[in-house]
Amino acid sequence: MQTLRTAMPMNVESPQTASQIGNRPVAIDMRDLSLTFETADAPVVALSKVNLQVKAGEFVSLIGPSGCGKTTLMRVMADLERPTGGKITVNGLSPEQARLARAYGYVFQAPALYPWRSVRRNLMLPLEIMGVPREERETRAAQYLDMVGLKDFANKFPWQLSGGMQQRVSIARALSFEPKLLLMDEPFGALDEITRDHLNEQLLRLWEHTQKTVIFVTHSIPEAVFLSSRIVVMSPRPGRILEVIDCDLPAKRTLDVRETPQFLDIAHRVRLALRAGHSYDN
Amino acid sequence: MTTEALTRPVGLAATFGHLREGTALPVTVVLLVTIVAWYLGAIWLNSGLVEQKFEQTDKSATTAEFIDMAWSLDRPVLPAPHQVAIEFYDSVFTRDVTSPRSLVYHAYVTGSAAVVGFIFGTLLGIVLAVGIVSWRTLDRSLLPWIIASQTVPILAIAPMIIVVLGNVGLTGLMPKAVISMYLCFFPITIGMVKGLRSPDPLQLDLMRTYSANRNQVFWKLRWPASVAFLFTSLKVAIAISLVGAIVGELPTGAQAGLGARLLSGSYYGQTVQIWSALFMAALLGMALVAVVELAERLTLRRMGARP
Ligand SMILES: Nc1ncnc2c1ncn2[C@@H]1O[C@H](COP(=O)(O)OP(=O)(O)OP(=O)(O)O)[C@@H](O)[C@H]1O
Ligand SMILES: [Mg+2]
Repeated sequence: MQTLRTAMPMNVESPQTASQIGNRPVAIDMRDLSLTFETADAPVVALSKVNLQVKAGEFVSLIGPSGCGKTTLMRVMADLERPTGGKITVNGLSPEQARLARAYGYVFQAPALYPWRSVRRNLMLPLEIMGVPREERETRAAQYLDMVGLKDFANKFPWQLSGGMQQRVSIARALSFEPKLLLMDEPFGALDEITRDHLNEQLLRLWEHTQKTVIFVTHSIPEAVFLSSRIVVMSPRPGRILEVIDCDLPAKRTLDVRETPQFLDIAHRVRLALRAGHSYDN
Repeated sequence: MTTEALTRPVGLAATFGHLREGTALPVTVVLLVTIVAWYLGAIWLNSGLVEQKFEQTDKSATTAEFIDMAWSLDRPVLPAPHQVAIEFYDSVFTRDVTSPRSLVYHAYVTGSAAVVGFIFGTLLGIVLAVGIVSWRTLDRSLLPWIIASQTVPILAIAPMIIVVLGNVGLTGLMPKAVISMYLCFFPITIGMVKGLRSPDPLQLDLMRTYSANRNQVFWKLRWPASVAFLFTSLKVAIAISLVGAIVGELPTGAQAGLGARLLSGSYYGQTVQIWSALFMAALLGMALVAVVELAERLTLRRMGARP
């Protein structure tokens, strides 16, 4: 596997720190955001008065019990779901305008590959739609496949890949058109520990060097702490934000940081917040 | 045999298992049973004619003579398989393929009309399906008419089509092709509507995140997703398109085509001719379906289907 340093175009200053992020523009602004699904029997309140501001270049993790509304929140940001209350802007635009401007790349919880396209052509799908010239499509596909370690599987079809490999293809697909904003819904959920560690590091380097804004859903506390600049802990239904935990581990950190007291302390605080949320339910 | 089976159960079971895996054994069994039943049926159904013959000659017949006569009548009610086989062989292999006495010629006349009608029907079926999927109003306004069109018996509508088209100077292949088209666009439309609607919400959401336009969603998602459905429909369509072409030859007393052979055969009581024409029609149908199946396999393999 290539490292991201060579895989990414280098329009990059020094890696960012929390203080630098402070005076950046707001990428996502949610005020009293609510969403209720009208179902056949009872209405389901998926989001209830969510307030969150994400600055450009931040890495924000959403963590919370299953069914608490993490996916729904991401879908609202992506204009795949309309909120029933409150306000949201993405890059200062409405979610729809942001979507039409192709402001974000979305990694779904499931791989969502097209079975009739080879891995390589699945990767090129967004590039085709966005009118990237053919040669450029090929090089980008090769570059990002290499990044997720699937160079040798370019001409395989999705059914010939394991679940985790399929998910890596879908990550590469979202990166391929180099969006400034990445919405990732449990992208590494289906991976083994080692591959996950590796991709965690890759993603962190990518983030440091491209200054993307990343919204990242995970169920793994260490993963959230390792990657994030802030961790948003959500409560079970109705989905609310319980606590936002700042996470200022040193820049250019490696996996070793997970042994440090600072890391363990943050992880502990996240766990406490999650536990507090759960007690609401019972 | 039974003792052998008891002493060598494993070997026999293995042999049977082997045969069961292929289609050879079931096909052979069905074929044998059919032929035996057919020969018996020929005796039974032709017995009246045979009795008449023997009454005319005032001779009493032995059973063997009776059966022999039942299987070799000139115009039997039900010809014996070998009579049909001989007639089929003669009219396929011993005659010039361009002569009206050759079944190959008639098969070509009917087959070409069926194929032209199939192509038109496929195009029409796809166009209708795309319309139905793309515009809500078409979904509600068109579909009931399409279904109603298929409840009209083709035998009632075929003569009208032929007369109307004849009036505007279209004769020969075209009217038959139109009847074929009329029959075979339907399964295509139904199959394609289902296929074009088959992408799941997630696949559609993905397109939405790229803010793909309608054309892109169609060509990069809906169309490829519908290809497997299309081929299933095409196999049904090509078979009924052949039926349509044959039916189209019946009402006008056409001179050429398998339908014409069936008609003239029944007019002159040439049952052997009817049956060999029927076999030709069956073979032609199987060949046409096989061609579609081949195209299906090649296409789906290119689209990454599991072997
Ligand atoms: N389309 C829908 N219609 C009705 N209810 C829905 C719909 N989508 C989600 N929900 C409900 O909204 C709630 C939040 O769902 P969501 O998918 O956002 O959870 P999640 O936090 O992503 O869970 P997980 O961690 O299991 O992925 C759930 O209770 C779910 O039943
Ligand atoms: Mg989810």
